[in-house]
Amino acid sequence: MGQRITIDPITRLEGHGKIEIFLDDSGNVSNAYFQVPELRGFEQFCVGRCAEEMPRITQRICGVCPTAHHMAATKCLDDLWKVDPPPAAKKIRELFYNLFMLEDHTLHFFYLGGPDFIVGPTAPKAERNILGVLGKVGLEVGGKVIKARREIREVMEEMGGKAIHPVLGLPGGVAKRVKPEEIEKIKAVAEEGLEFAKFSLQAFNDIVLKNEEYVKIITADIYNQPTYYMGLVDDKNRVNYYDGYLRTVSPSGKEFNRFKIQDYAEHIAEQTEPWSYIKFPYLRKVGWKGFVGGENSGVYQVAPLARLNAAEGMSTPLAQAEYEKMYKTLGGKPVHLTLAYHWARLIEALNAAEIIKQLANDPEILDPKVRTIPTNTPKEGMGVVEAPRGTLIHHYKSDSNGILTEVNIIVATQQN
Amino acid sequence: MSSDKSGFEPRIVAFLCNWCSYTGADLAGTARMKYPANVRTIRVMCSGRVDAQFVMKAFAEGADAVLISGCHTPSDCHYQEGNFKALRRYYLLKKMLPQFGIEPERLRLEWISAAEGDKFQEVCTEYTEQIKKLGPSPVKKGVKNG
Amino acid sequence: MAKPKVAFYWCASCGGCEEAVVDLAEDILKVVEAVDIVFWPCALDFKKTDVEAMEDGSIAVTFINGAINSDEQEEMVHLIRKKSGLIVAFGACSHLGGIPGLANLTDKESILRASYLTGPTNVNQEKTIPLAKSPSPDGELHLPELKANALALDQVIDVDYYIPGCSVPKKLILDAVTAILTGNLPPKGSVLAPTRTNCDTCERNKTKPEKLTISKFYRPYEIELDEEKCFLAQGVICMGPVTRGGCDERCIKGNMPCRGCFGPVDNVYDQGAKFISALASLFDAKTDEEVQAIVDTIQDPAGTFYRFSVAKSYLGHKVS
Ligand code: SF4
Ligand code: SF4
Ligand code: SF4
Ligand code: FES
Repeated sequence: MGQRITIDPITRLEGHGKIEIFLDDSGNVSNAYFQVPELRGFEQFCVGRCAEEMPRITQRICGVCPTAHHMAATKCLDDLWKVDPPPAAKKIRELFYNLFMLEDHTLHFFYLGGPDFIVGPTAPKAERNILGVLGKVGLEVGGKVIKARREIREVMEEMGGKAIHPVLGLPGGVAKRVKPEEIEKIKAVAEEGLEFAKFSLQAFNDIVLKNEEYVKIITADIYNQPTYYMGLVDDKNRVNYYDGYLRTVSPSGKEFNRFKIQDYAEHIAEQTEPWSYIKFPYLRKVGWKGFVGGENSGVYQVAPLARLNAAEGMSTPLAQAEYEKMYKTLGGKPVHLTLAYHWARLIEALNAAEIIKQLANDPEILDPKVRTIPTNTPKEGMGVVEAPRGTLIHHYKSDSNGILTEVNIIVATQQN
Repeated sequence: MSSDKSGFEPRIVAFLCNWCSYTGADLAGTARMKYPANVRTIRVMCSGRVDAQFVMKAFAEGADAVLISGCHTPSDCHYQEGNFKALRRYYLLKKMLPQFGIEPERLRLEWISAAEGDKFQEVCTEYTEQIKKLGPSPVKKGVKNG
Repeated sequence: MAKPKVAFYWCASCGGCEEAVVDLAEDILKVVEAVDIVFWPCALDFKKTDVEAMEDGSIAVTFINGAINSDEQEEMVHLIRKKSGLIVAFGACSHLGGIPGLANLTDKESILRASYLTGPTNVNQEKTIPLAKSPSPDGELHLPELKANALALDQVIDVDYYIPGCSVPKKLILDAVTAILTGNLPPKGSVLAPTRTNCDTCERNKTKPEKLTISKFYRPYEIELDEEKCFLAQGVICMGPVTRGGCDERCIKGNMPCRGCFGPVDNVYDQGAKFISALASLFDAKTDEEVQAIVDTIQDPAGTFYRFSVAKSYLGHKVS
């Protein structure tokens, strides 16, 4: 019998997790199990609730990405009532959503993933955290990180009531319009957000890419994990976080399929394992072959790098240039190097910042008409967004009164 | 005594308005009209004083049924609107109770005046029988949450 | 003098309570300067064994968020209770059971069925349900056992103070930390937030008519929501009248009604039942038929009136 290592809890992971690693007699890893030790039961306890409350309930699945659940739920309600929000409402939602992406991606980089890069994976554990990051990059830069994040969150509070668990979304629109006196602050934050995203990429460049040790880690083979990739794309196959088609590419980078959210159940299935409360999604048409990569295994990855792999480009110019640079540096598409997720994340942050700037300067966003009152009888709806951690799907069925009868939620889980 | 084989004797908590129903119950008592001992009465100043919390607490503590009784609508309540409040709470509670697993029949509302000792007796007898048939409350007393 | 030792722990939670701490932004540095954080699973690399090794009572204060719904969480909070001077229930889940408490309106079997067996994407011919103990080729794997119901923290261990909210506003965190550091604390068992209701401070209160009567309720999606008028005056359910203030009426400022995450005010135990009492007073109805017609326009009373507090209702959960 080999040795067993338990890491519990896994820290700096937004969510609960535990890892069991089994070593064989010669001390090599024979198997590792990523276990999620909790289940709260949302899919069942949402049954019987008023459908329109779902954006406010399901966001409590994750308080780090509440906006993702909030938006997936809101879009699911549009589909449930077959109602189309007015243009300003769509733009407000998308602006709000990209604020969240920008803020979350930079949080992830500096607070959660950053500690290993910036402070270094061999630093003492008391320093491997945001405080250590501050120590390393200096208070001035650290202060900038904190301030940028705070300001984005303040704008989100103004627009959506709260940054953690917002109240913005309703079927057919948003609860609150954006007023002319509010837009100046939003524009200013958009401007700073863009600067901040550029600064973050620069920091990654200086601290990580210019350091040979790190580059070795990033490109090291042991992290190489070829699988399918999934992400939302627009009609030109560019990365989109708020809406579009789900596209998957094979481990060799070929388009495997491209579908509307309404067909998701044909393409995605979930595997239950007795040792984890979380399920493992896979591509139904490829099939479940266990936790292995490759063309014959339906395992797919999501999240920043997967999205970039699953798309053909970015929707904004600066992000597009960075996208090209990354694939050039890492030797073409798709990139399977898990640690390149951090790079992809910052490219997405830049993309989000550019989108925010566009939307904040779009006069239509001030249109007071932000609601279409639903008139159809609700029955079934589906909604999808790209959460920072990957594709997120909500699917509801209701009675004719809009009381939920069935709920299915597919949360991004990374199979790293 | 009960013909119920199990010998189940329900505990019914009755919130009675001081001005009418409680006096009615008193009348029933003095006139030696017998009503089942299953009904434990609690005097309140007005049926409108019966906070929905009292009802939920009574159920939580193991009551098999709750009876609220007040002055006849529309105009007998000494506080004018109290009985209407009771009426609305009653319907709202009846809608909600099944969500907590409690049959709506376990809550009852009656208007009984000071002169209606006989009605009080009838209601108590009949309700006790009804709850006997329905069986014990699903709340298992002493079983803690969790 | 040594800095007081502070710890954070999470149970069945969403992580939003941790985000709330991160959202202190610049102020977090002040907090960090004044205290010594000894345990915080989401941000610092420390493990359970580190806590076990600590001396009993050596942590000055531990903030615990999340509801309790597994045996592992129960064990952990007992351990933390032993190691801590003060325990503060942080956030609605810990204070009231929160959103995870909605699970108490259903049952564990249904939850497992809906999660793993039914639904359009479960392919589970073997009918696998996660198990507390499961064999694997490498050795036995363990998962915490789920409890029959989600519990608030004080239904499991003794709690000294409560900080309400989902999520907890910045100001309440800073005020609580200051109160603890200066020893300027109210009696044990207090909720560290105002004792007034949301309505007392809500800007929209002035638009409420002197005698408000409602003849039909609307769900928020059914009507245009006036940005200035009291929600109840628009016929939209708002939990403001029975919800503790101190959140700065955040949802209402986002033009959506309050759902009660701050819990009841002092001297009220059952927030949902209290709301039934308050709401019924406003009905424009005097006959059985009129009342029934209004009640018909209210959907899912338990899930709405007890959105965050099923676990701390008198019944605590659905009985069967
Ligand atoms: S109280 Fe709210 S923010 Fe805190 S853990 Fe619970 S759901 Fe998340
Ligand atoms: S009911 Fe709601 S909207 Fe009206 S005053 Fe109270 S808190 Fe404000
Ligand atoms: S308005 Fe109500 S639901 Fe919203 S944060 Fe305040 S107390 Fe919570
Ligand atoms: S006084 Fe009897 S019901 Fe009000």
